[in-house]
Amino acid sequence: MLQKLEPVDGRRNMKDPKIQESVNAIVRVAHGMEMEPAIHPAVTHLKDNEVVLRIKEFSLWYGKTQTLFRISMDIPKGKVTALIGPSGCGKSTLLRSVNRLNDLIDGVRISGDMLLNGDSIYAPEVDVIELRKRMGMVAQKPNPFPMSIYENVVFPLRIDGIRDRRILDEVCERSLRGAALWDEVKDRLQDSALALSGGQQQRLCIARAIAADPEVLLMDEPASSLDPIATAKVEELIHQLRGEYTILIVTHNMQQAARLSDFTAFMYMGRLIEYAPTGILFVKPQLKETEDYILGRFG
Amino acid sequence: MYVETVTPEQPQKITTSQHGSKAVKRFVALSSYGSPYLWLMGGMLGISLVMIVGLLLLILVMGSSTFWPQKIVQFETVDGKRHLGEITRTETYKPSNEQVGELPEAYRNKARQFLESQEGFSKRYLVRTGNYELTNTHFHWISDFQIQNTTYPEWAFVWERVSWGRFYGILKGFQVDGKTVTEDPWETYRLFQEQFPGVQKKRKQIYHLEKEVLGSLNSRLEKARLKVREKELNLKKATGESREARQRELQEAIDAYSSLKEKLEAEYGNVRSRIETLKAETKRHGVLMQVTDGSVVPVPLATIVRGYPANQLGWLEKLSVYWDRWKEFLLEEPREANSEGGVFPAIFGTVVMTLLMSLVVSPLGVIAALYLREYARAGVLVSAVRIALNNLAGVPSIVFGVFGLGFFCYFLGTSIDRLFFEARLPNPTFGTGGLLWSALTLALLTLPVVIVASEEVLAAVPNSMREGAYACGASKWQTIQRIVIPRALPGILTGMILAMARGAGEVAPLMLVGAVKLAPELPIDGNFPFIHLERSFMHLGFHIYDVGFQSQNSEAAKPMVFTTTLLLILIIVILNLVAIYLRNRLYRKFISREV
Repeated sequence: MLQKLEPVDGRRNMKDPKIQESVNAIVRVAHGMEMEPAIHPAVTHLKDNEVVLRIKEFSLWYGKTQTLFRISMDIPKGKVTALIGPSGCGKSTLLRSVNRLNDLIDGVRISGDMLLNGDSIYAPEVDVIELRKRMGMVAQKPNPFPMSIYENVVFPLRIDGIRDRRILDEVCERSLRGAALWDEVKDRLQDSALALSGGQQQRLCIARAIAADPEVLLMDEPASSLDPIATAKVEELIHQLRGEYTILIVTHNMQQAARLSDFTAFMYMGRLIEYAPTGILFVKPQLKETEDYILGRFG
Repeated sequence: MYVETVTPEQPQKITTSQHGSKAVKRFVALSSYGSPYLWLMGGMLGISLVMIVGLLLLILVMGSSTFWPQKIVQFETVDGKRHLGEITRTETYKPSNEQVGELPEAYRNKARQFLESQEGFSKRYLVRTGNYELTNTHFHWISDFQIQNTTYPEWAFVWERVSWGRFYGILKGFQVDGKTVTEDPWETYRLFQEQFPGVQKKRKQIYHLEKEVLGSLNSRLEKARLKVREKELNLKKATGESREARQRELQEAIDAYSSLKEKLEAEYGNVRSRIETLKAETKRHGVLMQVTDGSVVPVPLATIVRGYPANQLGWLEKLSVYWDRWKEFLLEEPREANSEGGVFPAIFGTVVMTLLMSLVVSPLGVIAALYLREYARAGVLVSAVRIALNNLAGVPSIVFGVFGLGFFCYFLGTSIDRLFFEARLPNPTFGTGGLLWSALTLALLTLPVVIVASEEVLAAVPNSMREGAYACGASKWQTIQRIVIPRALPGILTGMILAMARGAGEVAPLMLVGAVKLAPELPIDGNFPFIHLERSFMHLGFHIYDVGFQSQNSEAAKPMVFTTTLLLILIIVILNLVAIYLRNRLYRKFISREV
């Protein structure tokens, strides 16, 4: 990959010198020339109680390949934070590192740490299972479990051994209402979840993710496998959840990030490039690289 | 725009002449043509289908025609003999000169001419003539050039008997207590139909008394005897003070045994005399049959299972005989060294053994597959285990039989006997072939099938589902138990179906570890503890082998081979259908509503 990204010289016929310049900048990053990420003051000087998740100097290797390079950022409470960047930039990896799903993959090493409301995520004494119960996750492709709609939603409670029907019923209804799915499925809660449409399945997964009242909701391109109408519904839902939940969402759809998020982080080649309030990042980005990406010059 | 930039003539030339001819002349790889491969693949499928469907059709036709009642034909041959019976087979052959030479002089030329007119070929019939106790044979070959006269006597009767095979003859009269009461065939037939149900009922009573009543008396006595033996052994082991108490216990047991014996002997005599009277009663009636040498022979009703005037039967009556024979085949016990009667014990044994095997192999295989797929870290060891499993699937089944005999019967079985059934020694209880050991041996045989199939379905469970569960905070076991297993269950059932089909059709290992020609008792009955896993059992596959290759009267047993095969296939199909139904239900429940 790096070979393909040699600095462009005059021999190649580049029509637009602007592109040439920005590509050169990107290639600098790719070659490991350290670059300070541009982080907006709005997200640098947060108090502890305003931050849900604090990522500290986090790096990650798959075997010998490093995919995340010393990422540090704070995710503010009750806001929607979007991670954007081209494919393979490490934004999904970062997201999966938050609930330690990467642990399941052989040969993953990390350095640095993350703090969830002040508690270390990667400290050796952490119980991963208890940790994951404090977060909700929505995957790229809807992944309902092979059971009824009802059982899907209350799954996080079931694995905690909760059997009280009243509690389960209440959580089921609250979560499905929260996921704007209640009216569509209230008459067929005992039907298989796999009979739902793709968009409904994704909202069901969101309902499942919020059933256990998570401290942070992780969303990995939640609308990328849905049709436009289902996407609109999911986006509307995220909009409703804003404020109530802290959401960290990965997307490679910049319009989506612009529409949905309060803050946006731009990542490239495993590095955090720029992190700022969405309005600022999209309108007046600090760095050339960010500007080029959001204007669609590469990526 | 495009059209305007090029001149109209030139590009047209290029596209038609140059490009067109180029396309035709250019060499085209064979693999780019679809149709030869289509034909190849279609042909292969066709050949496979022809073989499979052909085999099934053969079994179906031969198997289902066995019980259809046939006409009784009487051939009069040129040497003056007569043969009465059913034609079971017809074939064309070339008779040698000597065979014609054996004919009486007067007919030789006529026969030669007859053969010449058929270019030397003759048609011969295999006639089932029965009456073994009179003729010492069940079958006769009769060639067409020997036949002088062919008739279908109106009152030709066939009797299926309890022993000695079938009896063919012409109905001549009815006997009561040795005296002939009528010689009119109609009257005889009526009397037979009147008396026969009573005889059958008495026969059932006799069977009940002999098998169940006497059997339970015997088993009670045996239990008391075992108790005595047990106390004896206890006494032998006892030392010092406990000896006296043991001695007393032994004496008590001996007393109990002798008093029980006395009591039972009286009861035994009672039952015996009742059996004798019943037997005498059944022997009172008999039919008189004229056989082909002209003599008249009495056939007691007590020996008859079924009989009918074959040449007078209408279509419906034939159907009722056919139905009756199927009923007997499915529900009764075999008689005449398995070549006649039913196969119920074999059906029962096959089904029980197969279910028991599935019960053992499925949890074992599924858990092993779960470990291999979910827990074991991929590496040399796991690969080695997988290769070993696949090789195990290729080991000849008889090897499993030998292993089962050596390990289960002789090693495990004798250990169990020594520990728990010492009193019965030297008679083995578990130390010989039996239902349990057969089920375990076949479980071992089908284990690779189940593991490999289960592992494949487990691998097919989407990782996104597992990750979803982990993300909810489920532990590994919770994920497996609540997500992976339900999702994989239909596929696991498919593996079980394969294993069941393989296990139910297996014969070779069973011959070593428990299947027998004739089991005196079913493995499940009314005597405590109801399921007798140590008993040997009958199996349809073994029954087929036994009837087809070990039978005295192999010609008569041949149709039974097909019928039993048909039955075995049907049972496997039924077991499979049940499993498929279950699988589809699970599939609808766990994977998708559209099946």
